[in-house]
Amino acid sequence: MRNEKSTEEVALGVRRRVFEHAMRNNGGYLSQACSAAEQLAWLYNEALTLGAPTLPMIPGPFAGVPSADNPGYHTGAGYNGPAAPHLDRLFIAPAHYALVAYATLVEVGRMAPEGLAMFNRDGSSVEMIGAEHSPGMEVHNGTLGIGLSTAAGLAYGRRRRGETGRTWVFMSDGEVQEGQTWEAVQACAFHGLEVRAIMDVNAQQCDGAMSSVMEVGDIRQKFIAFGAACVEVDGHDLAAIRQAAAERHDGKPLIILARTNPFHAMSILEERFPRLHYVRFTSEEERARFNLAIAEDLDIDPIDYAD
Amino acid sequence: MVEMVSRPYARAFEAFAAGNPDILCLSADLTSSCEIDGFRDRHPDQFVSLGMAEQNMMSFAGGLGLAGFRPFLHTFGVFMYRRPYDQLIASIAYPRRKVRLMGFLPGVTTPGGMTHQAIEDIAVMRSIPNMTILETGDATEVESICAAADSVDGPVWCRVLRGSVPRLFDTPIRLGEMRVLAAGTDVLVVTSGICTEEAMRARAALAKAGVSIRHLHLHTIKPFDAAALLDHIGSVKHGVVTLENHVTEGGVGSLVAETMADAGIGKRLIRLGLKDSFAHGGSRPYLMRYYGLDALALVRGIADLTGAAFDITEEDLAAARVDEVHSLVKAEAL
Repeated sequence: MRNEKSTEEVALGVRRRVFEHAMRNNGGYLSQACSAAEQLAWLYNEALTLGAPTLPMIPGPFAGVPSADNPGYHTGAGYNGPAAPHLDRLFIAPAHYALVAYATLVEVGRMAPEGLAMFNRDGSSVEMIGAEHSPGMEVHNGTLGIGLSTAAGLAYGRRRRGETGRTWVFMSDGEVQEGQTWEAVQACAFHGLEVRAIMDVNAQQCDGAMSSVMEVGDIRQKFIAFGAACVEVDGHDLAAIRQAAAERHDGKPLIILARTNPFHAMSILEERFPRLHYVRFTSEEERARFNLAIAEDLDIDPIDYAD
Repeated sequence: MVEMVSRPYARAFEAFAAGNPDILCLSADLTSSCEIDGFRDRHPDQFVSLGMAEQNMMSFAGGLGLAGFRPFLHTFGVFMYRRPYDQLIASIAYPRRKVRLMGFLPGVTTPGGMTHQAIEDIAVMRSIPNMTILETGDATEVESICAAADSVDGPVWCRVLRGSVPRLFDTPIRLGEMRVLAAGTDVLVVTSGICTEEAMRARAALAKAGVSIRHLHLHTIKPFDAAALLDHIGSVKHGVVTLENHVTEGGVGSLVAETMADAGIGKRLIRLGLKDSFAHGGSRPYLMRYYGLDALALVRGIADLTGAAFDITEEDLAAARVDEVHSLVKAEAL
């Protein structure tokens, strides 16, 4: 199930949905939609081989945490289809991108729009920081830097079982400040694990521009030095992303560095630089002004958020 | 004289794991120190070296669990939770992965000092939802811990003894049960791990002094049979003394205290172990004496509880085992 829309259309739809959500809720993870929409759209619409969703289009409410007393527990991975040997798996390593990931599920027909309306509502499984029971999630990644290691372990196990499906990770550049990321890359290289990752290199983190918080240097050279294949592309250029994904990486992980603009397609966001991690409008005037400007960028009518 | 068993884990793990396609042996650069070097050499296909990178090892193991494997992680216990605690929670405990955390050198069984001594691990693990906790007190328990741990539908924290280990019991670990080693009526003594051997040494001298000891040994610390413990507490006159190779906060002493408080038991409890203190490096008998974890400390505790003054000296206790700290087998003792 794929390709009802072009990937460009999916990416635009993701931005429109995140924008609408942010306007109605007086803020949200707008900048992550600016930077990552093409990457997530490309993963779901082109790159991943996934089966049909196994969970209801409208997500059920929160149904408890894993415990011996909760035998009906399941993760949100069913929105990516079943776990089958020939199918791909995806981890959204920075779970703070959940809103953008959920919007992508809606755009590619894996979740109903009603699911997005449940975002961050009490009692909902569509949590603000993607939990493992949230749509499209299979593990908790709210603690940054553990996604690639999880993917490495899964890939090791799948290779051992002779499974042909690939293991993908969507990452963020802030994660390279965590030591575990480098432990994971060296383990992938040492064990010849061909894990695939695409990293949103938007150069932003919670405190602001990464260069002002903790300089990370030339991360492409660092990944290569740690034993990965690493390609750097314009993260808004789908043709370049496609070409990067075709890079040979025999016996190595492949890290695609998608250099992105944190204001892409919502240029007025630059006013809020360098605090882009979670944009909450500071006044009604600002909210209205952003509504008009972003709606024009996205070629839609302003959101009537009063209702 | 107690039988000493050499490297029981090495044989037991190999016998249990070799050829089981769903079990993988993970190591973090302490392969011979955790007695899995022979397994590595004879079963390289089931051995995964992850280097000195415990954070990755935890999440990697979580990923293996997702793929249906049951990884056995091997390193010193202290390295398995202090640094990678976040990963232990997010990648293993929360999703109930069937990961078996084989933590070697529990408490003061290492001369390595503070950085090597897991002294608060049980307190940490008891507070983690979904976690099962096992602790070995003799060679038979070391030999049976792989099967016991692997029977659990979820993660398991194991305190494993290595090297030369005494054989005190002749039956394997039966998950969730407790061993009743003596059924006296004056004082209940609850011990775990290496402290059980100490209590067994003290019992004979105490019996001569006219104190009737009821002695429980815990190999399963979580889950815990509170009703069974309460029955035993109801069978003694004075109260309870606990002795553990761990801080007295959050471990077996706390477990007993909580059980008594929950049930409204009005008897006294004396908790022996590391008293809100880190330890330093030294031989095991020295450390157990210095920090009050040995048979003599237990005798003092029972004197305190009963109000009796015992004329029991070190010479009256069954001979202590004195292991050589440094040996040809493990030159560095690490």
